[in-house]
Amino acid sequence: MNEKPTVELKLPILKNMELVATQTAEVVSKHMQLSEEKSGEISMALIEACINAFEHSESKSEVYIHFMIDDQNLTIKVIDKGKGFDESNVKIPKIESKINTDERKRGWGIMLIKELMDSVDFESDHTGTTLTMVKKKDTNE
Amino acid sequence: MNKVTKVELIGNVVVISTEGYLNKDLGEEIQNAANEHIQNGVNKVLINLERSNIVNSIGASILIEIIEQLQDTDGVLAFCELVPIIEKTFKIMGLTKYCESYETQEIAISKM
Repeated sequence: MNEKPTVELKLPILKNMELVATQTAEVVSKHMQLSEEKSGEISMALIEACINAFEHSESKSEVYIHFMIDDQNLTIKVIDKGKGFDESNVKIPKIESKINTDERKRGWGIMLIKELMDSVDFESDHTGTTLTMVKKKDTNE
Repeated sequence: MNKVTKVELIGNVVVISTEGYLNKDLGEEIQNAANEHIQNGVNKVLINLERSNIVNSIGASILIEIIEQLQDTDGVLAFCELVPIIEKTFKIMGLTKYCESYETQEIAISKM
């Protein structure tokens, strides 16, 4: 019957293009009357998702972002056609392990996305990755 | 535009003020500004992010390197005027275990 209203973006892999996604997220959040706090969390998670898609996936083509709106949730899909990854191999970063050690300082993206969104799911294989993340409208978790 | 807008020495604290997206480029610009003063013996660095309302983890990671540099000289890094989402991001990353965050620049300088 009625499909969820969806906003779709196709982003070229260019510097700071993640900000296009955050600007769209702000408009969508406002439309859904999400709080400033939730809107900020969505933008931050989206930045990290885009950086992963742009840099780590080694994708040569565009990255697609779908914002699916309903009464209760905002669902965002970030889709790349890169090399994929195994989430179980991603180490949870700890700042104590990074300060004054040789461990690389980066690697925070997935942890931030999981902390900032209400649910996060990755589907990934050698043809690409789809990240699905949800922000619930009415919880403060 | 992402940039360091002002670097000033107030007492024994170097205050680095920024504008725009705290990404890798701006993180490196902050680090370079801090380095100049750290090399001259300053060991208290305050980053005023009043005009930066968005960050990414790559830019924030560069701040970890500044913390390390300052630890070598018993120095401190602090922030002020953070918007809530940057404060939350720094907290999730654990930066706030190593750096104080102050409401205003004046309060920060008085307490550092």
